[in-house]
Amino acid sequence: MILTPEEVLAMVPQQEPFRFIDQIIKIDEAHIVSEYRFRPEADFYRGHFPGNPVTPGVILLEAMAQSAVVALGIYVAVKTLGIEETNKLLTFFTDADVEFSGVVRPGDRVTTSAKVVFFRRRKMRSQAEMRLDDGTVVCSGTISGMGIER
Amino acid sequence: MTEQEIFDKVVAILKPYVKNKDALAQVSHETNILDELKVNSARLVDVVLAFEDEFNIEIADEDADAVDTVGDAVRLIKEKLG
Repeated sequence: MILTPEEVLAMVPQQEPFRFIDQIIKIDEAHIVSEYRFRPEADFYRGHFPGNPVTPGVILLEAMAQSAVVALGIYVAVKTLGIEETNKLLTFFTDADVEFSGVVRPGDRVTTSAKVVFFRRRKMRSQAEMRLDDGTVVCSGTISGMGIER
Repeated sequence: MTEQEIFDKVVAILKPYVKNKDALAQVSHETNILDELKVNSARLVDVVLAFEDEFNIEIADEDADAVDTVGDAVRLIKEKLG
């Protein structure tokens, strides 16, 4: 079974206010490209930092993981394990090796691109990169997650 | 490749993922990878892929699932190497 980008997004379990994908631009068994615009009203900007709001690196990493591991993992899992098996699983973060190289301000839109390194035994590792609209790379590296029975 | 050489390579591959360094210092064929070495179960996939690369073999998921101890890994790799 092959899912559309909209169907994949509908299966991503993270919801507001912890959903960091607006749109999946394209997806196949090896790649994903997605977009997200950071909401200026997000609560974490009140404290990070007062008067100088900057998107926390952990949130950038989460946003990248939701595309590169969760959404891409769902697509690949449905294709290889089937929809029934995939629906029994919830993806948990397992490890990451990332660098942060830019600042994301409230209202900025980011594009995450990722490619599969491997999908084995329900574990997905991807090479991912997040860019601002001007092309600046803000976060990049490898991130992994694993499907665990709900 | 001798069994001892396989054992040494298996231990070297496991080493970066081992959280119980004391158990690593006493490692034997009977040492349990998850319970004694305290390797995170999610890292087992990384370990299996490293075995495949290091020994130029393919390990099926069902075979990997049967590996509990360092000795299990050594036996499996030895079998794959023929």
